[in-house]
Amino acid sequence: MFPAPIARAPRMTRIAYRAALFAALAIWLLPLFGVALTSVRSIDDLNRGNLWGWPSEFRLVENYAAVFADSRMAQFILNSVLITVPAVLGAVTLACMAGFALAKYRFRGNLALFVVFIAGNLVPFQVLMIPVRNLTIATGLYDTRWALILFHAAFQTGFCTLFMRNFIKQLPDDMLDAARNEGLSEFQIFRHVVLPLVRPAIAAIAALTFTFVWNDYFWSLVLVQSDDVRPLTAGLQSLRGMWLASWQLISAGSIVAAIPPVLIFFFMQQHFIAGLTAGAQTD
Amino acid sequence: MTGAAGPARRSGVSRWWWRHQRTLTPLLLLAPACLMFATFVIWPIEQSLWLALYDWDGVGLKTWVGLGNFAELFADPVFFTALGNNLCWLLVYLAAPLLGLLLALFLNQNVRGIRTARALFLMPFVISQVVVGLIFAWFLNADFGLLNPLLAKLGLGPFAPLENERLAIFAVIAAGLWPQTAYCMVLYLTGLTGIRAELIDSARLEGAREGMVLWHVVLPQLRPVTFIAAMVCVVSALRSFDLVMIMTAGGPYNSTNVLAYYMYEQTFLSLRYGYAAAIAAVLFALMGSCVAFFLGRMLSRESA
Repeated sequence: MFPAPIARAPRMTRIAYRAALFAALAIWLLPLFGVALTSVRSIDDLNRGNLWGWPSEFRLVENYAAVFADSRMAQFILNSVLITVPAVLGAVTLACMAGFALAKYRFRGNLALFVVFIAGNLVPFQVLMIPVRNLTIATGLYDTRWALILFHAAFQTGFCTLFMRNFIKQLPDDMLDAARNEGLSEFQIFRHVVLPLVRPAIAAIAALTFTFVWNDYFWSLVLVQSDDVRPLTAGLQSLRGMWLASWQLISAGSIVAAIPPVLIFFFMQQHFIAGLTAGAQTD
Repeated sequence: MTGAAGPARRSGVSRWWWRHQRTLTPLLLLAPACLMFATFVIWPIEQSLWLALYDWDGVGLKTWVGLGNFAELFADPVFFTALGNNLCWLLVYLAAPLLGLLLALFLNQNVRGIRTARALFLMPFVISQVVVGLIFAWFLNADFGLLNPLLAKLGLGPFAPLENERLAIFAVIAAGLWPQTAYCMVLYLTGLTGIRAELIDSARLEGAREGMVLWHVVLPQLRPVTFIAAMVCVVSALRSFDLVMIMTAGGPYNSTNVLAYYMYEQTFLSLRYGYAAAIAAVLFALMGSCVAFFLGRMLSRESA
């Protein structure tokens, strides 16, 4: 293990390490802490410049209730859910199918297709803006949730396919041949042999894709414009104009926007990190 | 498909399917993903490059101008500011792997609660860049920001980088460096768990100091991680948009403009779709050369 395990170091070193760990964490998360603290302050505190001191009164319930009462925050959250969940389901489904085909069958153009999925995934996606927007206008999907669902499902398919393909490739070929000898069709092999074995990989890309799609801002700006379909990220930015210097409300809104991906991350931490670090394994 | 009943009892279409299903199934499984990816990713790239050769306001007729948009682009000072900022972004982001490595070395210990600590360090990457941008914009705000009261307590003067033409871009990039470093940290933590302990132990037995072990034993093994971390940083540096939009909207005086944001501005504020597409083409070329560089390095190392 590198660096040398601190557990074997003298007691004082261990204590110093713990202290350093807390200090580093406190500095690292200082901006988040500031926002969380502000989200429970009163506007009087902000006007008086009491930004870091103890809040003169705690207005947790009032501030968060105000966020939902004064704005269409609830609608934005609903929109984000109605966009993110189908987009993730779509990308994961497409990627499982394509990943299996690319991993376990030889045909001409297999590798070329795989490279296209990787390369497409690296493109600065703003390059796609004008044609994709025009496509949604031409098909009547502009300013509907479908525009975002379809685009995200398609774009995320690149990364998800790369991940699934590499995962499925590790499954032994003998197992698939044994299933064939039992009389299973190729589709049945996919459905009943491969899919149950790749559940951890599915969890990993689902957690990761959820976060990516939920946090998207650019496409929420480009493909929709009305509050009825706008997701949380774009909604939050539009509320900034309305709330101006009411930073306690903006802070509370930011915290609300951050909670879903943070929950997904903490509940699926291992899967999330496995997806994020695919390819970084050194052994 | 009627299940695993065996080919003998089938007839017509079903028998034909059974005979060819081994070649047809993979194609059918690939078709939806390819169709979606082609429609929303590949075809738009081609369309975007094509549109760069036209003059278009988004509704009327397109007028062919050949390389006219590019000629104009190369005489446009804002374009060069944006391009320079993207390159600056790219260079500064290459600090993320280094900072991430330092953090990972710091956190690669087995003490109680370390898993939670690592998770908390990764938090900036998990939350949206919109939220990161809002936090930093406010943190650095001159009038009611969080930073200046803190500096005042330390006896330091007011500091308003977002209103300073020279400093603003660095303030925006610094905001991006926060989640980016967290991402690199988690890559290196994963890398560190996989390195071969016996090599480290034998180096230590031979009396090598920790710095030497890091340089000669650990880092060479972490090379694939460094490669991925650098690539991820380049890709996100070229995609930078959210933080600029949230924190400065390209200002003051375009000093924080980046290519993606300039393209967005030209499309929706100036209604110059062709010109915007030309900016997109430059962005695409920039990405292409970076990917080519990375692939070249990867291939030459494999053959060496």
